[in-house]
Amino acid sequence: MRMPPKYTQLAAQLVMGLATLATLAILVFIILFVLEKGLPVVGLKFLLSNPQDMGKAGGIFPVVVGTILLTLVAIAIATPLGVGTAIYLTEYTRESRITRVIRFGADCLAGIPSIIFGLFGFIFFVTILQMGWSILSGGLTLAFMILPTIIRTSEEAIKSVPDSFREVSFSLGATRWETVQKVVLPSALPGIVTGVMLGVGRSIGETAAVIFTAGSSLRMPTSLMDSARTMSVHFYILAREGISTENAYGTAAILVITILLINLTAYGLMNRFVAKNN
Amino acid sequence: MMSNPIKISAKDLKAFYGPEQLLMSLNIDIPDRQILGIIGPAGSGKTTFLRSLNRLNDLIPDFRIEGSITLDGQDIYHPKFDVVALRKRVGMLFALPVPLPKSIYENIIYGPRLSGVGDRKKLDQLVESSLRSAFIWDEVKNRLNSPAMRLSGGQQQRLCLARILALEPEVILLDEPCSGLDPISTAKIEEALTILKEKYTIILVTNNTKQAARVADRTAFFLMGSLVEYGPTGELFTVPQDKRTSDYITGRFG
Repeated sequence: MRMPPKYTQLAAQLVMGLATLATLAILVFIILFVLEKGLPVVGLKFLLSNPQDMGKAGGIFPVVVGTILLTLVAIAIATPLGVGTAIYLTEYTRESRITRVIRFGADCLAGIPSIIFGLFGFIFFVTILQMGWSILSGGLTLAFMILPTIIRTSEEAIKSVPDSFREVSFSLGATRWETVQKVVLPSALPGIVTGVMLGVGRSIGETAAVIFTAGSSLRMPTSLMDSARTMSVHFYILAREGISTENAYGTAAILVITILLINLTAYGLMNRFVAKNN
Repeated sequence: MMSNPIKISAKDLKAFYGPEQLLMSLNIDIPDRQILGIIGPAGSGKTTFLRSLNRLNDLIPDFRIEGSITLDGQDIYHPKFDVVALRKRVGMLFALPVPLPKSIYENIIYGPRLSGVGDRKKLDQLVESSLRSAFIWDEVKNRLNSPAMRLSGGQQQRLCLARILALEPEVILLDEPCSGLDPISTAKIEEALTILKEKYTIILVTNNTKQAARVADRTAFFLMGSLVEYGPTGELFTVPQDKRTSDYITGRFG
């Protein structure tokens, strides 16, 4: 027997509502759990002082600096490469076998486990190019890891810009590059920013690829050629080697708060940008 | 009426999209500073012809053109002809208004900026004069910095017209510019056109034969990629030479 549409509609709504609720609940639970365990040790002193005794005591300042530097290097390299590739694929080439191969390659790259990227980074950057365990080696490795995400999200964002905008721009005497610069990229910006933010998130959260390439030095890095430890790596080592559960959670709390703050800022800026033009 | 010099001339013009032929050996001379109305049913090649005049069809893969189009005697499809410069001389208004996602002011100065006009005073003047000529200045003068997307459809289309005027072009192409507009906005655009023809050569593609009868000095009737009849608007609408023309304008098909 068929259920009347009124009930199937209600049931569907209920099931999907519950799915949403469950997702949200898990997210909130994880964040609250980490904050509850971590916040007691967190304070300005924890944030701004050097670790002592392998991290058993003291703070995580060099780790915070290392995380920021490594992420910045990764984003600074991956964003222009990724957005550039996306622009080339969408605006400068016609859909062909070559573009499909490039896209397929990017998709495969996105599916490779991060530890493989770590291994590649270790062999290529650390050993062959003799960059050693350094922020530069780690940043380059992370850049390659997040590149596919940035390419694909940027590509989708650029594709969703209406063709009529391009036509108008050309009809007003713009070249292709001027059109890309002044019309396509501003319109695609929200999507591109989303891709970059995903990349930031992955970089900050990455452990395996970083240990292999940036090492795990607890000293304050003074140049991009220094080894550094990121928050995720610090958390991993503290927890795994049983050095200090409290400080591990403290680090985790700061990690979570950092990611939240970055996302909030990015979306805030983006909304303001979108509201100004629409 | 033909006393004005020839601005644009198409000779033996054929257009192809892949294997399909869209324009069949078209010959037409378009006089300077008049309004040419192009009428014809959907699929008759009106828009294809119009978009060939500013080479916007170049953007379509598999599109190909044969024959020649000259602007002031120069072949615009000559390999050495500067397409970007052509589009600044030949502005185009599309069927649906497309304001760029920028402010009203930025929309108007988009073209001039590309041509290298950087002086704020000159830009301000250009914005005011072009918005005035498009009969929209009074409606927007107090909110030049608000987003163009927030204007009504009729206002957006007049803004787009103003944006073209700011290019200081020689020719203005209009592709069914009033198809999505209410009668009052349409009247405003038509009024603007009759004044603008003193300075510009205007080519108006329209589905509305009455609009052609109202504003065009000369009218061309397109059918299935061919130019069936071309002459002074008065004559074409009162004593059409071709039976197909009279059938179309009296509403027997199309």
